[in-house]
Amino acid sequence: MEGNQLPCQASYMRNALFNQGYLDDQFLQLEDLQDEANPHFVEEVVKLFYSDSARLIRNIELTLENTPSDFEKLDNIMHQYKGSSSSIGAKKVKKECTQFQEYCEVENIDGCLRTFQEVKQEHASLKRKLENYFQLVREAR
Amino acid sequence: MDLGVKSTPYTSSNASWKSAADAVPGRFPAGLKVLVVDDDPTCLRILEKMLKNCLYEVTTCNRAEVALNFLRDHKNGCDIVISDVHMPDMDGFKLLEHVGLEMDLPVIMMSADDSKQVVMKGVTHGACDYLIKPVRIEALKNIWQHVVRKKQHELKDKDLEHSGSVEEGDRQPKTYEDADCSHSANEGNWKNSKRRKDEEDEAEDRDDTSALKKPRVVWSVELHQQFVTAVNQLGIDKAVPKKILELMNVPGLTRENVASHLQKYRLYLRRLSGVSQHHNGLGSPFMGATDAQFVSMSSLNSVDLQALAASAHIPNHSLASIQAAALGRATSKSPIPLPLVDQRNIFNFENPKLRFGEGQNESSSKQVNLLHGVPMNMNSKQLSSLHQSALSNMNMHTHPQTSQSSSLMMQMAQLQPQLRPQNLNDIKGSRNGIEIISGPQYTSHPKPSTSADFTSQSKDFSGNKAFPLPCNSGMSGAVMKGSRAFLPNYDVLNNLNQSRNQEWRMQNAGSSFGLPQHSSIQRGLDVSSSLGESRILPANKASLSLVEGHGNTPNVSQHLNFPAYDKSLRSKAERLPGMGFQNGLLHERFGQEDLMSALLKQQQEGMVVPVETEFGYDGYQLDNLPV
Repeated sequence: MEGNQLPCQASYMRNALFNQGYLDDQFLQLEDLQDEANPHFVEEVVKLFYSDSARLIRNIELTLENTPSDFEKLDNIMHQYKGSSSSIGAKKVKKECTQFQEYCEVENIDGCLRTFQEVKQEHASLKRKLENYFQLVREAR
Repeated sequence: MDLGVKSTPYTSSNASWKSAADAVPGRFPAGLKVLVVDDDPTCLRILEKMLKNCLYEVTTCNRAEVALNFLRDHKNGCDIVISDVHMPDMDGFKLLEHVGLEMDLPVIMMSADDSKQVVMKGVTHGACDYLIKPVRIEALKNIWQHVVRKKQHELKDKDLEHSGSVEEGDRQPKTYEDADCSHSANEGNWKNSKRRKDEEDEAEDRDDTSALKKPRVVWSVELHQQFVTAVNQLGIDKAVPKKILELMNVPGLTRENVASHLQKYRLYLRRLSGVSQHHNGLGSPFMGATDAQFVSMSSLNSVDLQALAASAHIPNHSLASIQAAALGRATSKSPIPLPLVDQRNIFNFENPKLRFGEGQNESSSKQVNLLHGVPMNMNSKQLSSLHQSALSNMNMHTHPQTSQSSSLMMQMAQLQPQLRPQNLNDIKGSRNGIEIISGPQYTSHPKPSTSADFTSQSKDFSGNKAFPLPCNSGMSGAVMKGSRAFLPNYDVLNNLNQSRNQEWRMQNAGSSFGLPQHSSIQRGLDVSSSLGESRILPANKASLSLVEGHGNTPNVSQHLNFPAYDKSLRSKAERLPGMGFQNGLLHERFGQEDLMSALLKQQQEGMVVPVETEFGYDGYQLDNLPV
């Protein structure tokens, strides 16, 4: 279903996600890929992202606990996570990832720890919102 | 990273493999076979869908090793490769190099990292493009241009060798010049070099009109030896085709033949010099004014070093010393190890390579050590048999091979992996960092398992046969386009800038190998081997996810490596007749493949027929192809 053809509630939520900066153009790209052959493509991809990114988040957590000075490793994992989240259009998440990588570059562990909390928050927040959104879309079908 | 071991290493989202074979030529670029390699499942899924929406045939893979195996297994299964830069099992640039060397496919790198250094690294490693993630579908719609461009370049290269087809080849590339898409940097140089080459070709044509009609030159072992002798006599610095030709004194051989062979040979030496540096710690003479970034790569495998060496203008004297060392003369440099990877890639024939290596053996035991377990004293017969077994490997996909083939394949596989660890022993990747999996420990493999691997694999890809055909269609377009700045003109080697040298080296390495380039692109891209990064494995109408599904993958891959090379050659020759897209391309492509296929036929006549029939090719005759 086209994004702009959603029923009222889902459409409203979708607009809000874009307006509030949670999603960017890349999400539109995903929507464009959705077609009759793949009617739930966007939802599938988002689900795939969240199931895969959980381990990346976990890896960063473990690294921060065990070897917090390994900034290269932190940067590497975050790079992966950032690439993945940007591919679904997770705008706020991506921004926090960039911030995290900047702290890695200057080896600011406190900055990394703080920013990582933000990353996790944005990650969870977007997940909730998208789950709600897809629920609305499903109900509208 | 999730290795994603599944029951089938490839997943196809399309129903039938064979459907690819029905690809209508006029649909190009629809049906272009794309292999996507990315460890991120989300990105992979999105790319797959985008590429499908572009009407490409997609094969997906989340591991570089599996991707390489796939490419080796299916010579014509891919037209272009898109690979992520950061992957856990193998650096994307490494994959890029391997694809360039072995399969000579265009490779597009992609990453969320848009820093200049990384993009530059892509350029110098020979990537034909670099996409920044998140990738938009618009960026993918035009990737077919890389395939065409590469083919174009290869055809142009072929034309140098076969003066009879030069004019035709000149015409063809020129018609496409205008159609070339962006990549202005490459394009500019490419066009310039093409013009230069064209002029040179035409001049030569007039001189050699009497020799124009002769059949394609097959660089047999003996001929190559004569060539090497002549080059050594003259000295690598002074070895110009004309003089080499005179020294060789082979009737019917033209200056163009020698020129093109010399070019490939130089690239081969260059690669060796990189390897020798790696193994002997002689970095400085070759690094020269290398980028600090590249120097930092010295910890990477020798393949990287070679790239590095190539990118740093390798002085002629260095090349000469390498060559001298290779010939057993006393030099300050260590003997050049003979990485089978390079050998395989650069020169289509194993025999001369081995001889080359054997000669080196006498000069240093180091070389022998480098090839653990590799039968350095393999004679040409053994090589031929390996070749045959490699070819027979192709048959393996659909019919389990005889035990003899299996043992031969294993032997061949032994050869390949042996060197890889050597060359790539610094690779950070956990899996030997390379596609070739198990290197040295590959002493003996039970035949049944080998057969079983293939059998099971063949079950997975029942549509193997179909691959070549679709590839062809995709390839024909690709063949037409000459690659970027890779000028077949050997003189250009010295004139090109670093990045070009790098790319070229890799490209030519791949092209001269001719073998590994199964994929349709390889066909046309024979000439431009090194760039093989853009190996495109067309996924026949199916989206195949290549995941390490088999525990035996290492074995399989080993098997596949070698056959892949042979297959590509054969497939090239075989595909030509079937190619549909642009008839003009057929002519051009054929030139390159004729050489290789003729060579192959020379070496394994017995295997020709089965291979051909297996892949559904009518026993096409080289003679019948309009050249």
